Amino acid sequence: MSYKGVWILGEQEAGNVKSVSHELLKRGRALADKLGVELTAVMLGKKIAKEGLRELIYRGADRVIVIEDPALEYFLPEPYINTLEALIKRHKPEILIASATSTGRTVAPALAIRSNTGLTADCTGLDIDEESGNLIQTRPAIGGNILATIKTPNHRPQMATVRPHSNKPLDPNPDRTGHINYEFVEPTLFKSRTKRLEFRKNEEAGSNIQDAEIVIAGGKGFKKDEHFKMVHEIAALLDGAVGASRDAVDLGWATYPHQVGLSGKTISPKLYLCAGISGSVQHLAGIKTSETIVAINNDPEAQIFHVADFGIVGDLFELLPLIKQKLQAVKKA
Amino acid sequence: MKVLVPIKQVPETSNVKMDPVTGTMVRDGVEPIINPLDLYAIEEGVRLKEQVGGEVVALSMGPPKAILAIKEAIAMGCDDGVLLSDRAFAGADTWATSYVLAQAIKKIGACDLIICGERATDGDTGQVGPGIATWLDIPFVTYISKIIEIRENSLLIERMVEDGYEILEIETPCLLTVVKEINYPRLPSLRGKQRARQTENPVWGPTDIDARAKNLGLKGSPTRVVKISTPQVTRNGKLLAPKDEKEIESAVDQLIEFLQEKEIV
Ligand SMILES: Cc1cc2nc3c(=O)[nH]c(=O)nc-3n(C[C@H](O)[C@H](O)[C@H](O)COP(=O)(O)OP(=O)(O)OC[C@H]3O[C@@H](n4cnc5c(N)ncnc54)[C@H](O)[C@@H]3O)c2cc1C
Ligand SMILES: Nc1ncnc2c1ncn2[C@@H]1O[C@H](COP(=O)(O)O)[C@@H](O)[C@H]1O
Repeated sequence: MSYKGVWILGEQEAGNVKSVSHELLKRGRALADKLGVELTAVMLGKKIAKEGLRELIYRGADRVIVIEDPALEYFLPEPYINTLEALIKRHKPEILIASATSTGRTVAPALAIRSNTGLTADCTGLDIDEESGNLIQTRPAIGGNILATIKTPNHRPQMATVRPHSNKPLDPNPDRTGHINYEFVEPTLFKSRTKRLEFRKNEEAGSNIQDAEIVIAGGKGFKKDEHFKMVHEIAALLDGAVGASRDAVDLGWATYPHQVGLSGKTISPKLYLCAGISGSVQHLAGIKTSETIVAINNDPEAQIFHVADFGIVGDLFELLPLIKQKLQAVKKA
Repeated sequence: MKVLVPIKQVPETSNVKMDPVTGTMVRDGVEPIINPLDLYAIEEGVRLKEQVGGEVVALSMGPPKAILAIKEAIAMGCDDGVLLSDRAFAGADTWATSYVLAQAIKKIGACDLIICGERATDGDTGQVGPGIATWLDIPFVTYISKIIEIRENSLLIERMVEDGYEILEIETPCLLTVVKEINYPRLPSLRGKQRARQTENPVWGPTDIDARAKNLGLKGSPTRVVKISTPQVTRNGKLLAPKDEKEIESAVDQLIEFLQEKEIV
């Protein structure tokens, strides 16, 4: 049997399908349409809500393969990898894409070795080569300084991870139809040499920058720790989250979960407002898909202005207090 | 406890210059360094040794000059180091790299723990660690921010994920990839440097690790880089450069209006 069809690896939490799954469906749909094949979403969990599974179809899947078992409630490498390996052997998909989340980035490399195939991490672009039908994978490399185009010509499935929040999902279309198939694998595959004992949720306010509609960020231009609180103040005014450049994180002004960029998080908020950030390629890699970018920097040549929809050349220590004051006034009005 | 730490030598890329015509890196004056994220793996290995005794061995696949990475690891406190260097290894993707490292680890023999960096700053994939564990068929977990406790046949560890921290117990031998929250890497000590100079480090090729020729280097790699280009990002936004207080005030007013138009405020 030859390899056929495009698969995406969906993710769930407490039985609810996560939105990264929908983002993958949009990517997968485009590939499946070009190849003229089915798009399948694979979901692993303990018990996954039916509406969530149907929504996968509304958002682009032709088929959903579901494996439910208590061992799959939370992500653990072995049960997930074993199960997916078995499914790949059973159905032989031609392409498999996962999200570059902590789960996807852990499952995919192991799965690639087990399936004796290649894997391209963190793709920003996926396309089909018209002639060969091969997957064309584009990803930033060497700290975002170059874009590499990569193929996996002789191995199947062709595997890639894509950065979460690097594209927007398709709107749900309740008229779309498809199949939800519950499948089974050998229970021995659920054996795990790793156990999950506990989970501590990150309670720090404004730290979930990936889900925030508004992100206010600061960089090295703030000069001192105590000045960085201006970022928090403006974020609080707009109900937004706080982002930071790597330099700001390295200086200890913000913690790593706030880091935006290549080695931090990729975000696509409605508004990304940053001050004192120069706009290195690595930083830009994390914000390119933001809807609106506003930048404040005292250097008119700063790279950040190349991607800004609205920029002000000026001293952040003058501008931010004024912005804060005027925002407060607007809010009161 | 015997700990192995795979480390990669990478170009110092925080200030790379790209040749805009060829799209390649300008390598003149670029120092090769240990992948910065691997310093955390080395540090954690050395700390474990200091806590419970044992041995830490660094290993690296790369060109002959990657011996410098091994030496630096020893200067930081590793006991020994092995370099995997041969023309046949060149051009390997993560599949072929993890194969070679796994073969070398088999050759080194029984170990309790393998610690990898989160990812290398050049390739930037984070795939080699999980790959090694899969070739060796040992359990692994990624993004470890703390080793809480060393138990008889397991480790109690903390894993950093998007929205918090998982507490896990993993059977040994196992492989962990660690994030930079785990520790503060020490600098090489003078005595360490001396020891590094005195240590002889083996350099292994394919036959030393019983590697199958068809799994090596560019030939053995399932992925192919077919094109390199330089990314272009530009939006043509509005740029204001206010000169005095009045203009600053007006610039901020225009910004607020802009945000109102976009229905953000
Ligand atoms: C492999 C790799 C991965 C990386 N990943 C990331 C990443 O994920 N995220 C990231 O951010 N970086 C990352 N970097 C680092 C990146 O290259 C830059 O070093 C970093 O983004 C710079 O941070 P910055 O803009 O805060 O600091 P700087 O580049 O120092 O910029 C500070 C800016 O503040 C401005 N400024 C100073 N004073 C004022 C003032 N009073 N008012 C207004 N403006 C002022 C200056 O003009 C300057 O433009 C990575 C690098 C590498 C090699
Ligand atoms: N050539 C190599 N030699 C030794 N270790 C490596 C090599 N490449 C990658 N590693 C290890 O694997 C980790 C992840 O690298 P990567 O998958 O390339 O991002 C690194 O932090 C190292 O610990």
